[in-house]
Amino acid sequence: MSQEKIVGIKRELESDLKDNTHCFHCGSDFEEIIVKAYAHRFCCEGCKTVFEILDENGLGNYYGMEDNPGNKILSKIGNKYSFLDSPEVESGLLDFNDGGVSSVKFYVPKIHCSSCIWLLENMHRLEKGIVKSTVNFLKKEVYVVFNDEILSLREVVELMVSIGYEPNISLNDYKKEAGKTEDRSPYYKLGVAGFAFGNIMLLSFPEYFDTNGYLNDNFRKLFGYLNLFLATPVLLYSASDYFVSAFKALKRKYLNIDFPISVGILALFGRSSYEIISQSGAGFMDSFTMFVFLLLVGKWYQNRTYQALSFERDYKSYFPLAVIKVWEGREEPIPVGDLKVDDIVILRNQEIVPTDAELLSETAQIDYSFVTGESEPISKIQGEKIYAGGRQVGASIRIKVKKVVSQSYLTRLWNQDTFAKEGSHFQSVVDKVSKYFTLFVLIISISTLLFWLPEGHSLAFKIFTSVLIIACPCALALTLPFAFGNTMTIFGRNRFYLKNAEAVEKMDRIDTLVFDKTGTLTQTGNEEVLFVGEKLNTQEQALVYSLVAHSTHPLSKTIYQFLEGNTSQKVTAFKEVPSQGLEAKVNDCLIRIGSASFTHYLGALNSDLSSRVFVNINQVNRGYFLIKKQYREGISELITRFKKEGYQIHLISGDNASELDNLKQYFPEGHLHFDQSPEDKMNYVKTLQKMGAKVLMVGDGLNDAGALKQADVGLAVSDDVYSFTPACDAILDAENFTQLNSFLSFSKRTIKVVRISFGISLFYNTLGMVFAIQGVVTPLFAAILMPISSITVVGFITLAIRYCARQKNL
Amino acid sequence: MSVIFILVGFSLLVALFFLGSFIWAVKDGQYDDDYTPSVRMLFDDDDFKSDRTKKTKSHQKQ
Repeated sequence: MSQEKIVGIKRELESDLKDNTHCFHCGSDFEEIIVKAYAHRFCCEGCKTVFEILDENGLGNYYGMEDNPGNKILSKIGNKYSFLDSPEVESGLLDFNDGGVSSVKFYVPKIHCSSCIWLLENMHRLEKGIVKSTVNFLKKEVYVVFNDEILSLREVVELMVSIGYEPNISLNDYKKEAGKTEDRSPYYKLGVAGFAFGNIMLLSFPEYFDTNGYLNDNFRKLFGYLNLFLATPVLLYSASDYFVSAFKALKRKYLNIDFPISVGILALFGRSSYEIISQSGAGFMDSFTMFVFLLLVGKWYQNRTYQALSFERDYKSYFPLAVIKVWEGREEPIPVGDLKVDDIVILRNQEIVPTDAELLSETAQIDYSFVTGESEPISKIQGEKIYAGGRQVGASIRIKVKKVVSQSYLTRLWNQDTFAKEGSHFQSVVDKVSKYFTLFVLIISISTLLFWLPEGHSLAFKIFTSVLIIACPCALALTLPFAFGNTMTIFGRNRFYLKNAEAVEKMDRIDTLVFDKTGTLTQTGNEEVLFVGEKLNTQEQALVYSLVAHSTHPLSKTIYQFLEGNTSQKVTAFKEVPSQGLEAKVNDCLIRIGSASFTHYLGALNSDLSSRVFVNINQVNRGYFLIKKQYREGISELITRFKKEGYQIHLISGDNASELDNLKQYFPEGHLHFDQSPEDKMNYVKTLQKMGAKVLMVGDGLNDAGALKQADVGLAVSDDVYSFTPACDAILDAENFTQLNSFLSFSKRTIKVVRISFGISLFYNTLGMVFAIQGVVTPLFAAILMPISSITVVGFITLAIRYCARQKNL
Repeated sequence: MSVIFILVGFSLLVALFFLGSFIWAVKDGQYDDDYTPSVRMLFDDDDFKSDRTKKTKSHQKQ
C-alpha cells in the first residue's frame, strides 16, 4: 500500500471518529435524522445514496480529497426534467450535435472544491454514455460530450442531479448563438506586441552601444529594415483598437485618452519609418513597440473580471426553459417563448409562473419572494390574475396564459428602452484630463514647429515629431488600468464584485444612497419575538391571543404565532386604530395593544431597529413584545456612518409601512417610501437623478431590477453571489454588507491616487518635452524615459492603493 | 562578420517559433481557464477501493 493511501485512510478514520456531528457526504450539522451506513454517518437518505453510487463505481476518491465535499440532495427529481425530452428544447440547448455525439455546456453553481472537479470529470465512470466531461472551475461550468444513442440529454441532467450537481438550466441558455467562444484576440495582440518588442529591443542594442562608430552600414540597414518589418504588425494589428476608439470618439466630437495615444503611435511609427527608409537615423521602433505592449498589458490587467459572476442577468436566467402545456387533452412540454395567449399551462410545486395568467384551479399559493422580497406566499382564488415571477407552492395548478412572455408585467421592466442611458456618455476622469492634455500637446508641438521652421524644414519636422513622441501619454494611460485593477482585486477579496472598472469611478461620485428594505436591510426569515416585562400569566396570554386573532396586521400575525396554543376567548367592542393599535374587551377585561402612546407607556426605551407592541390590560402597563425584524447585523451603525459622512439616504420598499416607526429615526423625513411598485422605484431614482443626485441603489430582488439599472451604480446584495442577482453594476456578498461605507470611501481614495499619479505622469511628459523642444531627444533617451515613467507610476499606484486598503481594513 | 546575418535570421526564426507556439496555445483554449488544470493535474489516476468491498474482504479474513 502506498504511503499516500495509508495517510488517506488514516485521515479518513480519524475524521470519522472525531467528526460525529457532520454528514460524511455534505457536511451538514445533524439535527435529528441520522442515517448510519458503512461506518459513516449521513444527514439524509439522499446523501447516503450519492455515497453508494460513488462507492459502487469506485469513485470513493471523492471523499479523500476534501472533507465532506458533497452537496445536500434537496428534492426528488420526479419528472421535473421531462421538458428536456422535447426535441425542440434539446436542440436549443445542445452546443453541437453530430450523429451520435452531442455536447452541451451547463452552468453548475454548486461546484465549489477540487472534489467537485474530480467527480464531474469522472462521470464517464458512472455512465458509459458519457464520452468526456470537462470542468471550468472559475466559471462553474461543465462541458459534457455524450453519446446520444445511449443517453438522452434528460438522462445526462438527471445523472448530474442524482450526484448532487444540479445544472442551472434557464431560458437564458436556450438557443444561444452556436459556437460563440471567447474573444481571444487580446491575447494574440499582446503576444504579437511582446514578440516584436523583445526582438526590436535586441536589434536596437548595437545602435545604442555603438559609441565609436564601429557599426557597419550594412548591419545598420539590416537592423533598421528588420525593425520596420517587425513593427508593422504591431501598428496594424496590436494597436488597432486605439485607432478605432479614437476615431469613434472624434466622430462623437470629444477627445478621449485614445486620441493622444493614437497620435503618439502614429508619430513614433511614421518618424521611425522615415528615418529607416531615408537612412537618416535608427528610429524609435523599440519605444513604439514597448509603448503598445505596456498599454495592452494594462488593458489585460484591468479586464480580468469575475468569470463566474453574471452582471447581466435578466428575467431570462430566472425563467424556466419550458413549461407543461395542456393541449388536446395531452400534456406536453413547450419552450416558454412559444406560449400563446389562452394556452393552458400546468404548474407544479416550486415552478415559476412564466407570464401573466389567470388561475383556473380553485386556489393557489404564490410565493413572490423573488419579485417583491416578501416571503409570505399570497393566496389566490379561481379567476384571479397571477403575475409572472411568482412561484407556486403546494399542489399543481392550472393557469390560462393572458399575455405572451415578452409582454408580461415583469419582463416589460427589462424591455423598456429608457434604460439605454441615452447618449450620456460616461466622462471618465482620464477623458477630462486627456482633453486638456491633447490641446496642450498640440499647441506646444505646433509652436515648436513654427519656431524651428526658419532653421530648415527637415530639422523642424524632426523636432516636431520628437515632441509628439515624448508627449505620448504612456504612464497616463497605464494609470487607470492599474489603479482600477488593483481596487477591484481588493474589493474582490472582500467579496464585493464590480462589473467593470468604470464602476469604481462611478462610486466615487455617489452622493445619494437608496436602499430597498426587504431582503436588503432585512434578512428574509423568521422574526424573533421576546416579551419584555413581567411574564404574562396564562390568562393574560389568552387575552392577548384572542385580541390579535382578529387583526390582519403583520405584527398581530407574528404575535399570534408566538402565542400559539392558547385558548381563544370571546372578544367584544373590537376597535382597530390604524397605525396605533387594537382595543377590545375580552372576558370583561379592557385590553389595548399597540404603540407606546396608544397604550400610555411611559418607560424609557433605547432605540434600535425593532418593533415593539405594548400591552395594557385594565389600564395597567404589562410590558411589551419586542419583535426583531431580522435586520442584517450592524445595519443601524452602517446607516449612522453614512449619515455622518454626508450621504443622502433614502428607503424605498415594496412593503407596507409597518416598519415606519423604526426606520423614521434613521431616515430623514420624506425619504421613506412604502408600497412602491417596481416602476415607482425606478421613477424615484430617476427623479433623484434629475435633481442632480448621483444615486447608488442597493437592492436584491427582481422588483429592484428597474431601479438598479436606472441608478448610476446598481448594487445587488446577495446571500449567495452565484445564485440569481438582477442585472447590476456590482454584487456584494450579504456578509460584508456592513462594510459598504468602507467600499465607497475606498473608491474615493482610489480616485485621489489616480489624480496624484496623473500629476506624476504629466511631470514626466513635461520634463521630456523640455528636452524635445530643444531638439536633443535621441531614440535612447526615449527608450529610457518611457519605461522609467511607466514603472514609477505603476509602482506608485500599486503601493498607494494597497496602503489605503490596509488603512480601511480591506 | 557575415555569420551575424545568418545568426540574426536564425534567432528570428526561433522567436517566430515561440510566437507561433503562443498563438497555438491561446487558440487551443489554454488561456480560457487558468485555474482548473492546476487542480486537475494533482488527481490520482488509480481507483480507490470501495469501502464495502474492503469490508467484505476483511470479513472473509476473519
